[in-house]
Amino acid sequence: MSVFTQSRSYIIRIIFAIAFVIILVRLFSLQVVSSKYERLAQENAIFKKIVYPARGVIYDRKGKAIVTNTQMTDLMVVPSEIKGVDTAYLCRLLEIDTTEFKSRVVTAILKNGRSRPSAFESLLSPEKHARLEENSWRLGNGFYLQDRPVRNFPFNVGAHFVGYIGEVDSTIISRSEGFYQMGDYVGRSGLESNYESVLMGKRGVQYWIKNHLNRLVGQFENGELDEAPEAGRGLRTHVDAELQQLAEKLMQNKVGAVVAIEPKTGGIISMVSGPNFSPDQLTGSNFKKTYSKFVLDVSGPLLNRAIKGQYPPGSTFKPLGALVALDEGLITPNFGYPCGGRYYACGHGKPACTHSGGGHAANLRLAIANSCNSYFAHVYRMAADNPKYGGVKNGYQKWKEYMNAFGLGIKLGVDLPSEDKGNIPDTAAYNKEYRNVWNSCTNLTLGIGQDRMTATPLQLANAMCIIANKGYFYVPHFVKSIDNETAEDTMLKPYRTRHNVLTSISDETFEVVMAGMQDVVEHGTATGARIPGINICAKTGTAQNFTFVRGKRIELNENSMFVAFAPRENPKIAIAVVVENAGYGSTAAGPIASLMIEKYLNDTLSTASAKKADEFSKKNLMPSILAVKQFIADSTRAWYYYNLTKDSSYIQKFFRRGQSQPKKDTVKPKTSVVKSDTQKPQQRDPGQTGFRNREVLWDPTRQEKLFKKWRDIA
Amino acid sequence: MSRKETGFSKGIDWSLVWIYLLLVFIGITAIFGVTYTEGDPIVSSFFSFKNDYSKQFYFFIIAAFLGIIILLTDSKFFTATANLWYAVGIVLLLLVFPFHSRIKGTESIIKFGGFNFQPADFCKLCVCLALAKYLSLPNMDFSKTRSHLIAAGIALLPAVMSIMQSETGLALVYFSFFIVMYREGLPSTVPVVGFLVGAIAVCTLLIERDMLLIVLTVIAGIAGFYMYQRNRRRISAIFPVIFAWIMAMGLVGVGVPYVFKNVMKYYQVERIYNTVGKEVPDDYKIAHKKEYAQTTATVKKDEDGDYNVKQSKIAIGSGGVLGKGLLKGTQTRYDFVPEQRTDFIFCTIGEGFGFIGTSIVLLIFLLLLFRIIAIAERQRSVFSRCYAYGVAAVFFFHIVINICMTIGLAPVIGIPLPFISYGGTSLLTFSILLAILIRLDADRQMVLR
Repeated sequence: MSVFTQSRSYIIRIIFAIAFVIILVRLFSLQVVSSKYERLAQENAIFKKIVYPARGVIYDRKGKAIVTNTQMTDLMVVPSEIKGVDTAYLCRLLEIDTTEFKSRVVTAILKNGRSRPSAFESLLSPEKHARLEENSWRLGNGFYLQDRPVRNFPFNVGAHFVGYIGEVDSTIISRSEGFYQMGDYVGRSGLESNYESVLMGKRGVQYWIKNHLNRLVGQFENGELDEAPEAGRGLRTHVDAELQQLAEKLMQNKVGAVVAIEPKTGGIISMVSGPNFSPDQLTGSNFKKTYSKFVLDVSGPLLNRAIKGQYPPGSTFKPLGALVALDEGLITPNFGYPCGGRYYACGHGKPACTHSGGGHAANLRLAIANSCNSYFAHVYRMAADNPKYGGVKNGYQKWKEYMNAFGLGIKLGVDLPSEDKGNIPDTAAYNKEYRNVWNSCTNLTLGIGQDRMTATPLQLANAMCIIANKGYFYVPHFVKSIDNETAEDTMLKPYRTRHNVLTSISDETFEVVMAGMQDVVEHGTATGARIPGINICAKTGTAQNFTFVRGKRIELNENSMFVAFAPRENPKIAIAVVVENAGYGSTAAGPIASLMIEKYLNDTLSTASAKKADEFSKKNLMPSILAVKQFIADSTRAWYYYNLTKDSSYIQKFFRRGQSQPKKDTVKPKTSVVKSDTQKPQQRDPGQTGFRNREVLWDPTRQEKLFKKWRDIA
Repeated sequence: MSRKETGFSKGIDWSLVWIYLLLVFIGITAIFGVTYTEGDPIVSSFFSFKNDYSKQFYFFIIAAFLGIIILLTDSKFFTATANLWYAVGIVLLLLVFPFHSRIKGTESIIKFGGFNFQPADFCKLCVCLALAKYLSLPNMDFSKTRSHLIAAGIALLPAVMSIMQSETGLALVYFSFFIVMYREGLPSTVPVVGFLVGAIAVCTLLIERDMLLIVLTVIAGIAGFYMYQRNRRRISAIFPVIFAWIMAMGLVGVGVPYVFKNVMKYYQVERIYNTVGKEVPDDYKIAHKKEYAQTTATVKKDEDGDYNVKQSKIAIGSGGVLGKGLLKGTQTRYDFVPEQRTDFIFCTIGEGFGFIGTSIVLLIFLLLLFRIIAIAERQRSVFSRCYAYGVAAVFFFHIVINICMTIGLAPVIGIPLPFISYGGTSLLTFSILLAILIRLDADRQMVLR
């Protein structure tokens, strides 16, 4: 017996010890080495509730809020956690049916995944919110209410430059490297987007504990780890809310843009793009409805024409052209050009001039006042052919550098996203087009703001600032300051640097240019814009333009343009107005600019002006070509859907009365088609048997009619 | 003994008593950590008998009382009545068949007043005594196969019965008595063969069956060639190898699948496969068609078989080095781990007290086992020694399997952690096991038969 005694006892002890060592090693790897379990435990038990801060308020120049917040509530859903929900109750409350309920859950899963929160119904109405709050037990698991600040617009202005906020999408999330989470709202355009980091504030987090049934059972660590939300900081802008209101009123039923800048600071006082809309049309639950409608509208209500509309500046450019030559020392204010109604120096007698005689361009002031085409074409040629640079290409390059310095042909850098730069063609562009053989005659209409030159209204207003300031400008911008601004807020830096672009022109020379521009108002093309007691310097412009409809070049009515600054002695406002296809500069754009200057400088409108403003705001100057374009866009889309669905109800309304409908045998009709066929039994034109291609759908005869009608109006 | 001790306390091994008290204290603390509801007055609720920790406290008092009674009895009482205990145990096990009450998935519990009594659990004690009694018979010659078989029969009879009562976990405990037999002279081939069988069985889970058969054949071929060469090229030398090969093939090809298909329940098969981290093979699913269909129908996708183990691992793993502190563990406080008062009590320690806590508890358990073995080895009486080894074996199996299943090293079989898990029967049984050992050890100078 004793043979085994001791040895086996030790073997047993060793076996015991080995088992314990294995356990210990495993415990070490679980508890000390691996870190994932802590995270898993937290995911199990800790619910991070995000507390959204109030978004920063945007103030106008007088300290009035133009964008504030109201608190709304979203009903959120986490699809994987849906359990014990009173579906019937919820559907009744939200006024949806169960299919809609299911489809929303499916959409949520497709959009954000099964276990992440998505909005089931965003921005609940107050009474729905109250009822849900009371009956939250009926929601079971997976549904919860999330507070959400929503934008509010006391003045109801500034839709285009303020922009809108919307839920983040996956690209924004991936670009932000996880900073934004599903369900966050973020500025999607305008100032909201550009100053997102300032306006958003800091999200707060509350840690809650949930149990294995996903019920919240209390605050984690008594809320010691919670982070309180930090409200977004306010933006102090240069905008004048009342002026903006007036401008938006004046731009009703017009396509175009208005930009008003304070020359001394570059602060944008007002910016309107037409067609305009009310900013609350894109907030909250209105967004879905309005946005799709706007997207389909060919007049482009969402387009901010003030920074994205590219217009040939036309005559409004002329003072700038003169400034280049003056700065180069090529002309003096006394320089005159013997214009006889046409510019013959290039042999073809173009451009023509509205005036023909009597030394209407005998000096710079007269040339500006009379807007002499020949004079400024010649001045451009002088600049391009400047012997100092040897050759037109170098000369033109220099001229282009001037333009870029003025902010033309480049992005100015306004504090709004997606600004367009307009166009000042490159030498290379001309080289390519003219195979290296071109001279200053080739593009001499650049001198009168045509050829391929385009500029945005913002750039035109900025150009006015340069003249008003006698040679310098600040990059146009909205935001004057950020509340509690620190050194880290570098975004405003570029707007506080002065850009001196015209250094070798004396103030006296500037005075001559200004005098010419004042003459325009006093006894030139813009006499209608005169305001008693204020010396306005202005320049009208009437740029021809055209469009293409179905490959046909169609001449359109001229764009009405007007640039101005006032008062002459101490300019406080520089303004550029463009009204598309509205005719002469003084007819549409002039009154707008004039009224705005009056309002801004006098702080109020005289009774006569107020009446004028009311009348003008009712004027409908929408280009009639839009109807044609809308018809083409709508019918093309309808045809596309018709081809997808074979449901002829899409295309019914695009037929001329009496034109034959698609027959049952030419297309495979759905039941709805049969119905509509029986409703319209008469087919007056048996000769035409349906249509075979898209062309027919467009109905050329009807289009011709539309064109005719439109030409009549135009 | 320099100190003069009298009566009750004479010869008592106080180290065991202290370890016992310490473990019970840890156990009640852990149960408190799980079941304490915020805001209850701690002291009064401890005596209220309404909470699990208070119940466990009363169970401890009963156990301590019983322990004192045992310490006051004559140690000859246990040798004399060992066979009687066994008989009573078997009768109780038999009584379970007609009188068991329906409690989740087991048929091994008798409801007795307000208490659940589980004879299969209690029977460990009986087997311990009876086996010690048998091995200490005066004319015992434990080198005979016959006595091996009888000893194994004594140990495994309750195991068979508890399997019939669908209590497989407890049945496995009885296999730990082979440690006692090994100590008393069971040939080394038995544990080695047992180990090999176990190893091959585990291999069948991990390796593709055909692959395993090929590997085994190759090993057998090499072994056979080696034996042939070594024994001067006598063909007969290969026979044992061939025999072993056939047995292994049978085990892999027939034995293991048979057990998985016919003996075990589907949930057990699933748990075993979950432990090795694999899907249950299709042919087992087909064999358990009905149960499989049931489980897939009732169990939600994310709360399948290894939900327990997953949550338990999260609980222990999230404790880190120092732990989150008592009542601070989110996993245990908010019921993420099912059965965490009873079988998964170790998570509470792991989450609340971290690696430091778990290793201290492990160390205490190891001390307990080594102390018991040391006590066993100092006995003059074979009965006492065998009994002590039996206790060590039972404790060892419970501790190792219970902890291993909470950390995902062993399949989930419902056996409690001695002295720590909540439960009256288990605490009483373990306490009595230990108390008898202390009583026997106190009389180690006597030669008991």
